[in-house]
Amino acid sequence: MMHLYKSAAAEDPARRLAFSRRDFLRNAAGLALGSALLGSGTLARAAMASRHRKVVVITFGGGARDQETFAPEGQGNIPHLLGELIPRSTFFTQVVNRGILGHYVATASLATGVYETINNFAALPPEHPTVFEYFRKDRKRPASDAWVVAPSNGFNRIGESSHRSYGAGLGARVILPKHLLTAALSSGHSDYQHLLRDNYETPFYVPQLGGGEVELEQMERILNLSVDDFKAHARTLSSPDELSVYVVRQLMRQEAPSLLWITMHDIDVAHAGAYSLYIEGIRRTDRLCAELWKVIQSEPEYAGKTTLFILPDFGRDSDDDSGGNGFQHHRTGDALSRTTWMMALGTGVREGVVVDRPMESTDLVPTLGAMLDFSPTLAQGKPIPELA
Amino acid sequence: MLPRELKAEHFNGYPPEARKLAIHYLAALQGLPLSFVPNLLREAIYYDFKFPAERRALEKELANLQSLSADPSAETSSGHPAEHFSDWFQGFAQITLSPQLEQMDWVNSPAQFVEQLSAHLWATHQLDAFRKAATDYADRLHAAVPPEQPPVPRLGIAVIGQGVSAYDEPLFRKLRPHGGYFGRVKPEGGLKLLLDAIGARAQSHPIPYGHWYVDGGEEAEHAPELTCVSYRALEPVRAALLRKMRGEIETPGMGPEALRTLLAQMNPSELGLGQGGDPVLDRFQVKLLTEGSGTQIFSTTFAQWTAREALRRAQPCTLLVRFAPRQRQKPMNELLSEKQDQAELDPLGSLMDADLGAYYNWINQQRLAGADQSAFLVWFENHREAVAIGPTMPRGTESTTPTDLGELLSWIALA
Repeated sequence: MMHLYKSAAAEDPARRLAFSRRDFLRNAAGLALGSALLGSGTLARAAMASRHRKVVVITFGGGARDQETFAPEGQGNIPHLLGELIPRSTFFTQVVNRGILGHYVATASLATGVYETINNFAALPPEHPTVFEYFRKDRKRPASDAWVVAPSNGFNRIGESSHRSYGAGLGARVILPKHLLTAALSSGHSDYQHLLRDNYETPFYVPQLGGGEVELEQMERILNLSVDDFKAHARTLSSPDELSVYVVRQLMRQEAPSLLWITMHDIDVAHAGAYSLYIEGIRRTDRLCAELWKVIQSEPEYAGKTTLFILPDFGRDSDDDSGGNGFQHHRTGDALSRTTWMMALGTGVREGVVVDRPMESTDLVPTLGAMLDFSPTLAQGKPIPELA
Repeated sequence: MLPRELKAEHFNGYPPEARKLAIHYLAALQGLPLSFVPNLLREAIYYDFKFPAERRALEKELANLQSLSADPSAETSSGHPAEHFSDWFQGFAQITLSPQLEQMDWVNSPAQFVEQLSAHLWATHQLDAFRKAATDYADRLHAAVPPEQPPVPRLGIAVIGQGVSAYDEPLFRKLRPHGGYFGRVKPEGGLKLLLDAIGARAQSHPIPYGHWYVDGGEEAEHAPELTCVSYRALEPVRAALLRKMRGEIETPGMGPEALRTLLAQMNPSELGLGQGGDPVLDRFQVKLLTEGSGTQIFSTTFAQWTAREALRRAQPCTLLVRFAPRQRQKPMNELLSEKQDQAELDPLGSLMDADLGAYYNWINQQRLAGADQSAFLVWFENHREAVAIGPTMPRGTESTTPTDLGELLSWIALA
């Protein structure tokens, strides 16, 4: 009958058991780390005065699991993070999000340092002051010094809270690249509505987009781009996140904000249930993160004085939870969907350090406060000692 | 309204069988906490359109609840204290609900209540407590009312990679550790052989909705005893759904949540089904398209989700799922180009989707009773690779011996 022999794959489960989540993240970072440490050793650069420091935050969105990223079987999807960025970073292996796992509300929670409870699908401002408001109020910075580049309609209120002591006039300016595209394409197009869909959880839903004049004004005056140039460039890009990165480059050159927040979203195509598209999204986001790091190093306004943070807003459901459908959603609230990672690199950050201690996603804002010299008095988290 | 205020007339809006069921078990429903009972009613309200396996499971669950004594001092015939409602529902009773939830019409709209409850649990940080209560309840129920064993060991089959001429990456990486990998399988006539085999199982073990064939494309010829769902056959339904959606989206005030609620309330007749068909299967198919995410767009998602729902609800003894190429996701630059071509297919991407989809099919099959006797076969269509999993198949093994799919089936499926 059949002739069977033991395959290499048979060893996988046992090997996997030997790798705890912490261990495979540590090992992934450690493998990439060796050569990088030889030359530099300790701090990337001396910490500089917070007055001149800049911070860029990228949310690696929307939601990716360990097994498609840092776990051994997923590492092929993130060559840039592993090979180029982790060796230069302090890497936090356990960032826990105890809040609502919807992209807008989770990003709002990251930006306020409080687990927000606003409706994920409504265009509402966060209820607690955002990092942008703390920064601008305490440091007396103009609106042009804090910007958010975000993927979809719901994020247009993320820059400024409804908190009465902050709020109006103190927040970040927000660019929604897809809004810019809508304005640029206002002559109408048969199929671009599909591109402009607001979130992947409700694939049919396309928001009513307004404010074309404001968007065109942003494009021409702030980004120094003509409508034709923008349209022409957009036609060379493959995804909304690529468009966001293009806009970020322009923004860095034209406005050079001290606090810049970029929310990626391509990965969230996973909600459509096509695994290959989810993987494609992860690979693209990996590449775009590395591109942005290169931009930071090459732009005179940023080089040598910028700290970059990269973190997912949360993970996705595990294959083992019968309440979910694996990678497709983030609805169960299980440990895998709540636990993720963060890397910090650049000015004032030690290279090649892996931190296993659990932290919460609400710790980001207090950490930024310590770096940029503002007091996030209403944030729930604590400054991360390895960075603050 | 609270559950203790429930009366028989509250169920007048239910379909006839569901109304009878709810009234029969009214006493049980009255004793349940509000954080729990709409979850049960969400199932009960569709009793008339449920598969036999889920009907039986629901009846047993309600009978168990009815049997739980409201008197903590009561004893069973064996002299052990009877279990009280509070033992079972302590976790649920501790969930705090909002007045808005209490005022909802949760009897007639239990699904909407559950959706609102979910948002409330997230917002009030009670999700973990609710999860624990639900898990504890499920464990108790499982012990008190063990799930039905299948009359014949289950057999799952996944056929993946239709339209792919060559693929160099390793396939079945997640399934290989659980069974045997075969690299020299005779591919000729493979699909027919598999369909004939499951047709024969259906004829030998006639069970209503017990043997399924799901096709992500156009269904192949198959035995009439099989319950068949295919993406192609539902094309007019999908088109009708998309038309309705476009119309609704243009309605002022329509948002993602309202849209989801509206989708969940759709009936087969609104989408062109329900005339002389099978009302149970029609309702199932509509739910695939209105409650599944991406099932309307991608055939690979449709096939995986259909398998998941068929296993969860109908608990079939046999399930063959054939994945077909889905439409290609257009990159942004193409969407922005002036010229729009017909939808193209993405066979390679679909193979990746289906490879994981097959793994999910196996996981979902293993969640059912009789998992230790279940068998599973995944085959790269028209190619020589397959993985076979079953109680007699050594795990994590490989074979280069020439074989065919019939032999593989005979090694893993005993009936």
